[in-house]
Amino acid sequence: MKAGSKLKSVVCDTEVMVIRASDVVVECGGLPMSEERPAERAAIDPAFAGGAKIGKRYVDASDALELLCVKSGQGALAVAGVALQLKDAKPLPSSD
Amino acid sequence: MNILLTLQMAADAEPDRVALVCDGRCWSYGALLNAARGAALHIMESGCAHVALLDESSEAAPIALFAAAIAGVPYVPLNYRLADADLSALLARIAPACVIGDAARVSRLNPDRGHAVLSRADFVAAAERSANPASGEEREGEGIAAQIFTSGTTAAPKAALLRHANLLSYILGTVEFASASEDEAALVCVPPYHIAGIAALLSSIYAMRRIVMLPAFEPDAWLKLAAKERASNAFVVPTMLSRIIARMDAGAQADLSALKAIAYGGGRMPLELVERALQLFPGTDFTNAYGLTETSSTIALLGPEDHRAAQQSAEPEIRARLGSVGRPLPTVELEIRDDEGRPLPAGERGEIYVRGEQVSGEYRERKALDADGWFPTRDAGWLDRDGYLFLAGRADDVIVRGGENISPGEIEDVLLSHPAIADAAAVGVPSVEWGEAVGVAIVIRPDHVAPNDEELRTLIRGRLRSSRSPERIAVLASLPYNEMGKLLRREVRALFG
Repeated sequence: MKAGSKLKSVVCDTEVMVIRASDVVVECGGLPMSEERPAERAAIDPAFAGGAKIGKRYVDASDALELLCVKSGQGALAVAGVALQLKDAKPLPSSD
Repeated sequence: MNILLTLQMAADAEPDRVALVCDGRCWSYGALLNAARGAALHIMESGCAHVALLDESSEAAPIALFAAAIAGVPYVPLNYRLADADLSALLARIAPACVIGDAARVSRLNPDRGHAVLSRADFVAAAERSANPASGEEREGEGIAAQIFTSGTTAAPKAALLRHANLLSYILGTVEFASASEDEAALVCVPPYHIAGIAALLSSIYAMRRIVMLPAFEPDAWLKLAAKERASNAFVVPTMLSRIIARMDAGAQADLSALKAIAYGGGRMPLELVERALQLFPGTDFTNAYGLTETSSTIALLGPEDHRAAQQSAEPEIRARLGSVGRPLPTVELEIRDDEGRPLPAGERGEIYVRGEQVSGEYRERKALDADGWFPTRDAGWLDRDGYLFLAGRADDVIVRGGENISPGEIEDVLLSHPAIADAAAVGVPSVEWGEAVGVAIVIRPDHVAPNDEELRTLIRGRLRSSRSPERIAVLASLPYNEMGKLLRREVRALFG
C-alpha cells in the first residue's frame, strides 16, 4: 500500500484512496480490500455493513492510516476487525 | 493519483447536478465527464504530447483539462494575450500538441509543427460525439497534470510543471467533498492560463459548487452575471475588485444579495481597497489567498474571521493584518530565510520558503526544490508573532543601495499615506554613488495637486531611514499592470533609464 493507491471492496461498490499509508490490511464488509475488483462478489459480513460514504475520510486509532472514500458502498471499513473512525473535516474558507 | 478523481467523484455522487454554466448552456457533472472521455479518445488517437488551450474561459477548459488527465499528457493553457513572436516560441516548445481555440492563429504562427488544431466549437462537438460513459483506466504518462508558462520577465518563460499529486493534494487538503449546497455558485472570471483558473475548476468541482463562467472579465458583465446566476462565491484579483467597486460607486446596480464570499489574490491589495470592499459588502466573507503557480495555488490565507478581527481591533498589530496574506495552510510548512538560507525569527524580512505535497517547484528545464524539499519562492516577506505572513515584494525587486537592502513596499506604503497620491511604485535606479538608489513613480488623485519632490522626501525621511529617500521622482498618469493586476516593475525601472 502506498499513498495515492486505490483499494476496492470485494463485497460491495466501496473504493478508497490511500491518503496516508500504513503497513496494515484494510478490510471492507469483513474481507480484505484488493487492488483489483474480483469477478464475483463475496458475501458481506453483517457486523461490518455500516457503509462507507464518498468524500469522507477514515482513520485508524493510531492515526497512521488515512483513507479517502472515493466510491460509496455498503461495507464498513476496518483493520484487523476494528472499525475505522470517521475523521472530522476542518473546513477552510474557499480561496479559489 | 489523478485529478480526474475530482470529476469522477462528483459525477458518481450526482451525475445530473449542474456543474457548469457557460454562455447560457448548462453542463452536468456526468456530461462533463463523458465529454472529457470523448475528447481523450481524440487526443490519444492524435498521438499529441500536450493538450493546449488558446482561448478565453469556456466549457472547453474543463473538458480539455480532464481529457488531458485521462490521456496522460499535460494540459497547457496558453496566454492568448501574448505577442505573436512569444506565442509562436511557446507553440514550438510543446509540439506536437492538440491546440484548442484560435485555430487560425496557430496555423499562421506555427504551421509545420504537427499540431492538431481545433476551434472551440469543433473540439466540444467532437468530445460530445465520442462521449462515452464506459469507464476506461486513465493513462499515467509522466504524471504531469498541467504545464503553465511563467510570464518570463527577464528570460524565456519557464515551463512550470504541476503533477497530478501536487494539484490533487492541494484540493484534498483544502476542500471538503460535496460541501457546497445546490444553490451555491462560484463566479469564475480569471483567465484559464492562470493557476487560479485551474484551481477554481478543481476546487469548485470537488466541492460540487456550480461554476458560472465569465469568459473574459469586464466589471459590468461581472455584476450582471453575479446577479443573474445568484453567485454565492467569487474570486477576483485586486484590479478586478477595484474596477467592480468603481462601477458600484458610480451607480451601477446589481442584486448581489446571494454573494456570501469573495476571495481575492494574485497581486498586492491596497489597504484602502480592502476597507472599501468591507464597507460595501458588510454581509460578505472576505478571504485573501496567497500562492504561486509553482505551489498549485493557495499556500496561505487570511480568512473571514481574520478580516473582521483586524477591521474591529484597536490594536495596531492586529489591524495591520488586513494587509497580510494570513497564515499558511495546515498542509504547508513555511519559513522566512536570509540570503544564506538560514531561518529567520518573526518580524525579520527575508525570502519565503515553502514545503508540502502541493508544492511542485519543478520546471521542464530544472527542479527548484532544495535537497529537503523546500521551494524558494523568490517572494520576500516576514511573519508577525502569531504567524501572519506579510509580503514585501519579489526578492528580485529589492533595492540594494550601497549594500543596504531596501524593500519597495515600505516606501510605497509611506507614499500612499499622502492624501494626493493614488498609486506608487519604488524601484532601484542606477546611481554612480550607490550602485543603485531609490526611484519612485507616483500617480496623483484626480483634483489633487502633485506634492513637490522636497515634500515627498520629507514625508519619507520622517517615517523611514534617510537611505529610503528617493533620488528620482516621476509623476505618471497610471502605473503599468498586467491583466492579473501585477505591477510591471521592469517597465517602471525602464522609465528611469
